[in-house]
Amino acid sequence: MTAPARQFLDQARLMAGDLPRRQRIQEAVGKHRTARANSQSGFQDWPAARQAAAETKWEAINHLDRYLEEFVRRLEARGVKVHWAGTGAQAQDIIVGIAREKKARRLIKSKSMTSEEIHLNDALERAGFEVVESDLGEFIVQLRHEPPYHIVMPAMHLTRGDIGELFARKLGTRPTDVPEELVKIARRVMRGEYLAADIGITGANFAIAETGMISITENEGNARLTAALPKVMISLLGIEKILPRLEDLALFLPMLATAGTGQPLSCYNTMYGGPRQPGEPDGPEEFHVVLLDNGRTELLADAEQREALQCIRCGACLYACPVFRSIGGHTYATTYSGPIGSVITPHMRGLQDWKHLSAASSLCGACAETCPVKIDLHHHLLRNRRNGAKEKPDVLEQLAYRLFAFLVNRPGWYRWSKKIARAVQPAHGVVKGTPLDPAQAWTRTRELPPVARQTFKEWWRRRR
Amino acid sequence: MTITLFIPCFVDLMFPNVGVSMVQVLERLGHRVICPEEIACCGQPAFNSGYWEEARTVAVNVLRRLKDAEAIVIASGSCGAMLKKFYPELFAGTDHASAAQALAGKCHEFSDFLVSRLGVTDLGARFPARVTFHDGCHGLRELGIKKPPRILLSHVRDLQLTEMAEAETCCGFGGTFATKFPMISTVMGEVKCASAEATGADYIVSNDSSCLMHLDGLLRRQGKKLKTIHLAEILAQK
Repeated sequence: MTAPARQFLDQARLMAGDLPRRQRIQEAVGKHRTARANSQSGFQDWPAARQAAAETKWEAINHLDRYLEEFVRRLEARGVKVHWAGTGAQAQDIIVGIAREKKARRLIKSKSMTSEEIHLNDALERAGFEVVESDLGEFIVQLRHEPPYHIVMPAMHLTRGDIGELFARKLGTRPTDVPEELVKIARRVMRGEYLAADIGITGANFAIAETGMISITENEGNARLTAALPKVMISLLGIEKILPRLEDLALFLPMLATAGTGQPLSCYNTMYGGPRQPGEPDGPEEFHVVLLDNGRTELLADAEQREALQCIRCGACLYACPVFRSIGGHTYATTYSGPIGSVITPHMRGLQDWKHLSAASSLCGACAETCPVKIDLHHHLLRNRRNGAKEKPDVLEQLAYRLFAFLVNRPGWYRWSKKIARAVQPAHGVVKGTPLDPAQAWTRTRELPPVARQTFKEWWRRRR
Repeated sequence: MTITLFIPCFVDLMFPNVGVSMVQVLERLGHRVICPEEIACCGQPAFNSGYWEEARTVAVNVLRRLKDAEAIVIASGSCGAMLKKFYPELFAGTDHASAAQALAGKCHEFSDFLVSRLGVTDLGARFPARVTFHDGCHGLRELGIKKPPRILLSHVRDLQLTEMAEAETCCGFGGTFATKFPMISTVMGEVKCASAEATGADYIVSNDSSCLMHLDGLLRRQGKKLKTIHLAEILAQK
């Protein structure tokens, strides 16, 4: 077993046993479910909206070459400096390079999972820069030196009390668990940071090819301030963020809000197309866009699973996933957790090291059912399992299945094996639930049904 | 009509009464029921674990034995989904592709077969109990079966169906998942059982014995009063 798989199993066991935490997650999921249902009912025809969204994204990723060129051409026409990064390390170097060139000291960053993916904060801090997260949830997990717990809700695992205590410890404020007070504390810290920051870093929700614009959707107004106040703006985005046309946002903005947070629309929706233009009173003087591949073109080359690039990072599959609800986000030890993380992480970070995530699913399909862009998530888990076993089979498991296939295809042998199972069953009682029990993975928490005194096939034979 | 029963391996071995009940129900409706003894399993455990070559070895036998069947009825949404949805993918691009497609068209999950194919909703059954229904994920999401079992239950005398909040949430069985990740499987099952218990039901009913095997195992270990029963067993009651 690989180290990530071992760590996953240990952590999952720990988290599954943490009932208060599970209940907290369950409560958050319940609230999301209600809000989402409400918001979804605002769509005249949700299934048709999903279909349209899936087709639009499918078209976008299948013609990425064309759309990316168009996107970049239009950005450059407005004076944006565009950088292409093949790997996370290259993207780090580009951004650290800009910060050095600008002689920056402090940077402020709005919410960006792509920056988490490339561990941007670590790279900047290593290079001697200070980075502050401006999204409240991200700010909280940054203070805790933790990665985000959920793609959309980075601090969903914490209570108000936890956050108040954290602020008291890290910021020296009076302990409180009143949400308004907590927000005020964060705002006071953040306002200073916006003004002090030399560079603002953002992610992107969508990249509009037709107009060469980045669309950012948010609820706190922090991304706007991050983009507008510092003299230099850097946006980091994966190449799959492309949408062909501006009008596509009419579907995707409400869809992302509905699936992600259960809102009809997020509070702030902003388009960024370039640095301050002549005659404009505000905005950054310099605007850099960093386009990241980091394994995406490899996924694109996989005809069977390329549709995973349709993902708009709404986090809906995490809420829907009973496994996520049982073990929480950090257990995955990946940037993207839940079903979408289990599907794409093996492509981004290596199949053999991350295939255990695809195995850790009951394949219930709640993820695919909820996905707004109709990614066939749970079936991709099956395909990852197949690819993993084909590339590097588990010798014992393979042998077991070969034996099993041999046996079930030979009625005579199989009949006898059932008789043997019935005969040895009483002996199972002696070892049941102990480490000697061959079925202990089952019997530690569950009773095993007995082999019937007369199997169906025996009944059937006798009857005839 | 001649109906070929597909009896899943675990039903044969541990829940024979589910198969017996299906035979009774279908024969009462005047159909001829046959059950090829040479089929033991659909191959899903190997398929779900990624060992598609081994799964194909098992599935080829199924394809061959069921080639001439008129209608195939399956007591489990999970095995049903394997035959109906996953065989075509398993055999895509092989010599058996068209046979797999043909088979898929003839396979029916038991409750769906009764309601959608035969148009039967009332089997004259009587079962005096309060029950709640668990949607097995494969039946629900792979085969799209939501209403047929409920329609059938609504015609059972003296039976009271109360829906649980988590009816569509996975019970946590998931085949080999249950033993590869027993701690996750167990807590998922506990969420399910708590939701079922909250309805005050005497039984969790499902059209899938695999889910029920897991739930029943948990309930018995915890000494709960709540029991499990397959839909076919209720429909066969007089």
